Amino acid sequence: MRATKRRDDRRAAWWFLLPVLVGFAVFYGYPAVRGLWYSVTDYTMLNTPSYVGAENYTELMRDGEFWHSLLVTGWYVVLNIGSQTLLALGIAALMHRLTRSVVLRATLLLPWLVPNVTIGLLWMWLLDTNLGFLNHLLGTLGLGPVGFLSDATWAMPSIAAINTWAYTGYTALLLYAGMLQIPQHLYESAAIDGANEWRMFRRITLPLLRPVLALVLVVSLIGSFQIFDTIAVTTKGDPVGATRAIYFFIYEEAFRFFHLGYAAAAAICLALILGVLTVIQMRLLRASRSDLA
Amino acid sequence: MRRKRVTPSRIVGWAVLAAIVVVSVFPFWWMVRTALTPAADMYTDHTGLLPDHPTIVNFTRVLGLTTEAEARAAGGSGAHVDFARYLLNSIVYCALIAGFQTLFCAMAGYAFARLRFPGRDLVFGILISALMVPPIFTLLPNFVFVKELDLINTMAGMVAPTILMTPFAVFFLRQFFLSLPRDVEEAAILDGNGPWGIFWRIALPMSRGPLITIGLTTIVWAWKDYLWPLLVGRSEENRLVTVALGVFLQQSPNTQPDWTGLMAASTLSVLPVLVLLVFMGRRLVQSLNFTGSK
Repeated sequence: MRATKRRDDRRAAWWFLLPVLVGFAVFYGYPAVRGLWYSVTDYTMLNTPSYVGAENYTELMRDGEFWHSLLVTGWYVVLNIGSQTLLALGIAALMHRLTRSVVLRATLLLPWLVPNVTIGLLWMWLLDTNLGFLNHLLGTLGLGPVGFLSDATWAMPSIAAINTWAYTGYTALLLYAGMLQIPQHLYESAAIDGANEWRMFRRITLPLLRPVLALVLVVSLIGSFQIFDTIAVTTKGDPVGATRAIYFFIYEEAFRFFHLGYAAAAAICLALILGVLTVIQMRLLRASRSDLA
Repeated sequence: MRRKRVTPSRIVGWAVLAAIVVVSVFPFWWMVRTALTPAADMYTDHTGLLPDHPTIVNFTRVLGLTTEAEARAAGGSGAHVDFARYLLNSIVYCALIAGFQTLFCAMAGYAFARLRFPGRDLVFGILISALMVPPIFTLLPNFVFVKELDLINTMAGMVAPTILMTPFAVFFLRQFFLSLPRDVEEAAILDGNGPWGIFWRIALPMSRGPLITIGLTTIVWAWKDYLWPLLVGRSEENRLVTVALGVFLQQSPNTQPDWTGLMAASTLSVLPVLVLLVFMGRRLVQSLNFTGSK
């Protein structure tokens, strides 16, 4: 005689949800509305905001610095995601075929656990023009010294390399977790057929990993667009704006020049870009889900 | 079990993995090595794998254990630094956020997975939509709001936006509660338990694994937090380790940063997560299997 009357947990549910709903309303919902409002005002944190229509947005479209920061961010994302994904895929495939060691996995995870600020400082020191270890190594080869973070050509690639160092292990472990779901017998029968490792990687691992790879790629892409900490510690957008990525642009507009309305408009543009990426993510996931079946 | 024959390709594979481990770990070695070097030796001793005259003075001075004169003599800029305090702040910050956020998100995740009430899926959908908003968009108004509440430079202001919830944790824990077998809970209902009784006595104890997973992940992210605490918690009393490292760098002269002190402070910022990795390594590694495949 179960479910004689339909259960309704309305009263209990409100109590269960209360902290989360308050947190959401106050620190997500309310600021989202406020952010939208700021983006159409001339707010500077010191004045009472007054409505200026789409002025911030038209100004942004004309602002060379804004476009430059998007360009710089794109360059960073290409360098960072490209190198990080390829390396992580290689490491994951090697681990998958060679070992299940938890100690090795934990070691590879170490850089991910460390604050970006620490990583930025650490690499500033390793890449220092005069006393840095890397320039010492280059020196023994008769090269350099290179101003890795002070030379406009090298600064962004250096920052991309730093973050690739920091996040490759983490990414590799995500891909490795995906590879563990691939049935082992596929490799065994391929080996009996005389396939070599490279062939197995291309014919078995890569196609069956595609859904996981797509997800990991887009999640890290979205993270990569939001590069801030490393830049804020090492180069602060310099030299000559070469590392002034979009997050840093918004941060400076808001908290250095106090153009809060303008910064809010730029943040909305970034949200739109990331929104498009998220939609692509959903598409990719749906498109490739059938592969693992 | 596969046979593990020694083949040339396996040897090359292991060599590559070994090289990757060296590249991952060496920078940390270099950090500790520099931290143990006397500042006065920096120009003559910056290439060997071990310092010529190892010292712990860089650690004692960034921990605020030396007098100002001693710190200055050991290469400090003379500005006050007290990393013992900043570490404590960071630990409190992480514990508060991880503890409360995990509990509150578990409550909500359970309600979304198990309780029946009107508008459930709609409310859940709205919460999840926040995953698509980049944090900087809400960060600007949140800063203004915390300022209006007069909570700048307080721990309350620093933890406020994240202590109650994060959409991902609600999503993740709801997924988990959905996968729990219902029969135990139904037996508990017949024993006269209400939703609270079931949640505390049955659902929570059954989900220790995922709760630890999400708690650990939250600790790691909170430990790395920089932008928000930089805006809201700059004052000496509430400074987190990450913010303090940034301030420490700014205080040291641009021409010749206080590298030995900075590396000692950096080492201190790594130690707690290293302890976490040593004791919870297996859990952390496994947590990626969960969170990664969503």
